[in-house]
Amino acid sequence: MRKVNDVILRTVVKGVVLIILTLGVYLFFSGHNAPGGGFIGGLVLGSAIVLLYITYDIETIQRKMPFDFKKVAALGVLLATGTAIGSLYFDVPFLSQTDGYFNIPFLGEKHLTTVTIFEAGVALTVIGTLVTIILSISEDD
Amino acid sequence: MESLMVVLVGVLVSVGTYLILSRNIIRIILGTAVLSHAVHLLILTVGGLKTGGVPVLGQKDGPFTDALPQALILTAIVISFATTALLLVLAYRVYKTNGTDDVSELRGMPDE
Amino acid sequence: MNNIIVLPLIIPIMTAVILVFLRNNIILQRIISLITMVFVTAISILLLLNVEADGIMKIDFGGWLPPFGILFVADSFSLLLVITANIVAILCLIYSFSTIGFRHENMFFYPFVLLLIAGVNGSFLTGDIFNLFVCFEVMLLASYVLIALGGEKVQLRESIKYVLINVVTSWIFLVALAYLYGTLKTLNMAHIAERVAEVGQDPLITTVAILFLIVFSIKAGLLLFFWLPGSYIVPPTAVQALFAALLTKVGVYALIRTFTLMFPLNQEVTHTLIGIMAGITIVLGCMGAMSGKDVYTIATYNVIIGVGFILIGLAAGTETALSGAIYYLIHDMLAKGLLFLLVGTMVYLTGETIVKRMSGLIQNYPLFGWIFFIVLLTLTGMPPFSGFVGKILIGQGAIEAGSYVLLTIGFASSIIVLYSLLRIFLASFFGETTVSEEDKKPIPKGVMVSFILFTIAIIYLGVGAESLSIYVQDAARTLINPSIYIDAILGEGI
Repeated sequence: MRKVNDVILRTVVKGVVLIILTLGVYLFFSGHNAPGGGFIGGLVLGSAIVLLYITYDIETIQRKMPFDFKKVAALGVLLATGTAIGSLYFDVPFLSQTDGYFNIPFLGEKHLTTVTIFEAGVALTVIGTLVTIILSISEDD
Repeated sequence: MESLMVVLVGVLVSVGTYLILSRNIIRIILGTAVLSHAVHLLILTVGGLKTGGVPVLGQKDGPFTDALPQALILTAIVISFATTALLLVLAYRVYKTNGTDDVSELRGMPDE
Repeated sequence: MNNIIVLPLIIPIMTAVILVFLRNNIILQRIISLITMVFVTAISILLLLNVEADGIMKIDFGGWLPPFGILFVADSFSLLLVITANIVAILCLIYSFSTIGFRHENMFFYPFVLLLIAGVNGSFLTGDIFNLFVCFEVMLLASYVLIALGGEKVQLRESIKYVLINVVTSWIFLVALAYLYGTLKTLNMAHIAERVAEVGQDPLITTVAILFLIVFSIKAGLLLFFWLPGSYIVPPTAVQALFAALLTKVGVYALIRTFTLMFPLNQEVTHTLIGIMAGITIVLGCMGAMSGKDVYTIATYNVIIGVGFILIGLAAGTETALSGAIYYLIHDMLAKGLLFLLVGTMVYLTGETIVKRMSGLIQNYPLFGWIFFIVLLTLTGMPPFSGFVGKILIGQGAIEAGSYVLLTIGFASSIIVLYSLLRIFLASFFGETTVSEEDKKPIPKGVMVSFILFTIAIIYLGVGAESLSIYVQDAARTLINPSIYIDAILGEGI
């Protein structure tokens, strides 16, 4: 295969991926009381990883990020269903959520909810699925 | 505004139908994607557009816009995301094994 | 707290995910999936006993009261179907242990079967029509994967058609949901039923109802079954049996639920339409079954005939007819599952699919042959096997409703079913055997275990019909009086 001169792409992507990842995390956490949330955050985070795969080759990224993304997706589903089924233990209706204000050192009083764990599961599932799809199409070329 | 949206939905549905009726698998998949967008807009429109404030905590006091259509659309988007992704992978495999992306050649022979 | 209702949905999903992490340990995967299914079946039976004692149960997700949140509802009808579906799944799993092969097992076969079951259970139990759509999609996504798993040329070719047809159908489902939400502003099934009863079923609502009829007819294979024979032939036998037993039946369940609970008022239009569609389905299915040369075609067209026959019960719409439809639905899930397993085993043993090229199977495999004979009798509706009670009750209901044409078509179809299966029996099982005693392939033990358990279930359903009758009658009473269901969900006050 002809070596393509992609110095600009590689240099730009190094910076851009960081920005995309930050945006993804921001969208993920803003999801509670404003537009955003696990699905959108997960899509943005996943697209950053896909961008890395496009810019560098698959082997390089696999070496740096040795995850099986099918298992990432599975872990996400497990986390989401786990929080849902946790409500059975507390004898409240299935999928119930709870929240509270906690005083965390250095961060001050923060509003923590169990929905965030559920959303984290959603985000992991989306990242895992997205990357798996792209990889399964691109792998056998 | 509602009537404008309905016209838009109609245009999208006709575009999607046209694409679905073509013979190329990729065009068909694009057609299903366009159709799903059309139905998401339809759900949004039948729910009523802008009948009150944004249904988000900390905004102004009621009345709020009905938030249910948006929840439905989000669910439908996720499902259509999953289905479209699966369809694309499947279409790629079909192209690899059957050597064609023309559905009329995928009809299959009775003597197989 | 009624959280137990959600377990038939959530336990298979969680187990499926856990199995993904156990990809390399196939024995453990088999054991865990079997234990899960047995556990879910036990829970469903427990639920049925509970419902029988205390009436309809419901669970509002996250504590959101109806009609605002989504909910699961357990009544006798849905629980009977959940139990049957899980039993069929257990038996198909036992069959697949010895037949499906390493390639499938390594490619997440068991997780996808469990996801399919989760979707099926969710569709039966949900009390919210949008949730029904979601559960349908869970089930369909798993079925897309199962039908394409293996990646053979024919499989991929048929699966892309199957997926496209289902995607378009789901799109129509969404359109119908949009119009329903636009007219009634609610998606809770009981609340829809109440609103329809308040405002009367005007032409707009009837149109929406007919859209739902189209959607569920494609899924159930009622009249719009053009996609079914092609796609049910390609996957491995265990998957075929699961599809034949479960997928179309979920569509039938949705039809019965929709047209008894939500849109029961304009019966001249909707139920007449269902009756006509059921009649034509049976006639076309009979033509297919008679003209089929290979065993798969005959078996798939028998599925179509079965769907048509159940919906005669819905079209007649009396309490007797509906309890007949429920009996026949349960019977059909078991019998069609077993039929597909038997047919797949015949093809495995002989390497042929054409009926005339097989011969003398019963000499080499006597028990196998006689089990096929029992299936033949039960599908025809001979007493004392399971098809008899359902057929007699549907027939009685059709007479009560005065739909004699449907009655004639339905019972004439029994003769065609008998003819089509007897043809397989006479040609393939009787006659000179072409395989010598030394060359014959042995039937794996797991396969025979699955056959025998299926046969016991069928005989139990026929002989022990009386013991089920309280549940079936309760289910039919709830279907015919939607107010029982509505009151249980919304309470008396609303």
